[in-house]
Amino acid sequence: MRAVVTVTGSDRRGIIAKVSGFLFERNVNIEDISQTILGDQFAMIMMVDTSESKVEFAALAKELADMGTKIGMSVRLQHADIFDAMHNV
Amino acid sequence: MFSKFDVIETIDMIEKEHLDIRTVTMGISLLSCIRATAKGTAQAVYDLVMKKAEKLVPTAEALSGEYGIPIVNKRISVTPVSLITAAFPQKSMLVGQALDRAAQALGIDFLGGYSALVHKGTADYEAAFLDTVPETLAATERLCSSVNVGSSKSGINMDAVRTMGEIVLKTAQLTKERDGLGCAKLVVFCNAVEDNPFMAGAFHGVGEGDTVINVGVSGPGVVQHALKFVPEADLTDAAEVIKRTAFKITRAGQLIAREAAKRLSARFGIVDLSLAPTPARGDSVAHILEELGLEVVGCHGTTAALAMLNDAVKKGGVMASSRVGGLSGAFIPVSEDIGMIESASAGKISIDKLEAMTCVCSVGLDMIAIPGDTPASTIAAIIADEAAIGMVNNKTTAVRVIPAPGKTVGEEVSFGGLLGRAPVMPVHTGDAGAFIRRGGLIPAPIHSFKN
Repeated sequence: MRAVVTVTGSDRRGIIAKVSGFLFERNVNIEDISQTILGDQFAMIMMVDTSESKVEFAALAKELADMGTKIGMSVRLQHADIFDAMHNV
Repeated sequence: MFSKFDVIETIDMIEKEHLDIRTVTMGISLLSCIRATAKGTAQAVYDLVMKKAEKLVPTAEALSGEYGIPIVNKRISVTPVSLITAAFPQKSMLVGQALDRAAQALGIDFLGGYSALVHKGTADYEAAFLDTVPETLAATERLCSSVNVGSSKSGINMDAVRTMGEIVLKTAQLTKERDGLGCAKLVVFCNAVEDNPFMAGAFHGVGEGDTVINVGVSGPGVVQHALKFVPEADLTDAAEVIKRTAFKITRAGQLIAREAAKRLSARFGIVDLSLAPTPARGDSVAHILEELGLEVVGCHGTTAALAMLNDAVKKGGVMASSRVGGLSGAFIPVSEDIGMIESASAGKISIDKLEAMTCVCSVGLDMIAIPGDTPASTIAAIIADEAAIGMVNNKTTAVRVIPAPGKTVGEEVSFGGLLGRAPVMPVHTGDAGAFIRRGGLIPAPIHSFKN
């Protein structure tokens, strides 16, 4: 399943390493990464493929959110279709 | 493909601007449940609803998790119960209670369809059914009732209008210890639609399939936020901003509706493009109108601003969804919108202005508290006025007023949750009793004869 991981919060070192390591351990493939700074907010957006994931989608989303809480960032995993639907005619 | 800015925009809409799917409503036909006795029918209704909607709540929650968008309510609408109990209408409450039990067991907050369609005439079984409405609403928690008293094609059944004035009052009295809460679950319609996913007026029309999924989107906060970026735009440009925003909101609804229908083995019914407010700050239709330049909702200019908003929402939404239906427009319930509550509390919006607003938006006089000593004939006259607006303008109108038991202007009713709170608003005190007692049918307008 094509999905989007978003990480937002105050910028700090090691976020990409932390999140990508976390996804690697669960066999989630990262297809694209981009990041941007909005005001004082850091936002990282990853396109991922969860079809080979060791963990099912809902559990993966929860683990990511929990990991985010630990590092003081907001981390979400969402099906990519929601963004396609809302932003493409 | 979408850009990183699109991703961030969606997340901001959800997390900061209250974008959500307001309701996933499963419409279920009860026609197969008719049995020889009321008890047998009630059991069949309970069993069918439990079976059909067994996975509604978990499916909606799973979708919410996967797509990262809240689905606030999971609801059910059923075939108008008056049709199911026509052989034993006095015992309709048994079916109402069975539906209420099913809703509780399934974790559904509201179930709509304790309803009758009497727009051209009230059959004997329907008159007997209507008699059961106040007691049934008082005896149940989650059941909602609606009655269609008029249509553009048939005219207005003024006998039913008179009856509904009495039923609204009686419902308030029977739920007086809860500020007349029963009336928050009772809507009187003209031109009721058969695929409305929103409560309290949802029912599953007989022209519908067996089981359908209808979805109501929301997002007044998103529209207001989008308008904040264009404070100097003229109204053509502002309408364009609303339209684009409505498109995005509706696409999210369409996606959820299609997926929910697939997973629940139901037909995808419609997406209802309504902007539905909640009492939360930042989720108000009134504040959109104020963002457009009104000092306070209810001042002169409100009707024009609402007309523009309502139309732009439809235009954006129609493009976004393959199947559009329900009420589709902007809702203006008083108790469920913080901007409306504040304006009404300050005496800045009147029932007359609200009535004018209903000419240009999707519903009617909604969640308005009126003095508890308002006579039944005055309530009937309010219903008649609203039905006339709907009939002549070929649109749905509705009345959901709460004659606040023991309360008068200056006091407030409070229901909590999504139903919110409402200051008691004054109504005109001139007597329409003689007009209402005439009864009969107000004939359909000439422009209804299109065949």
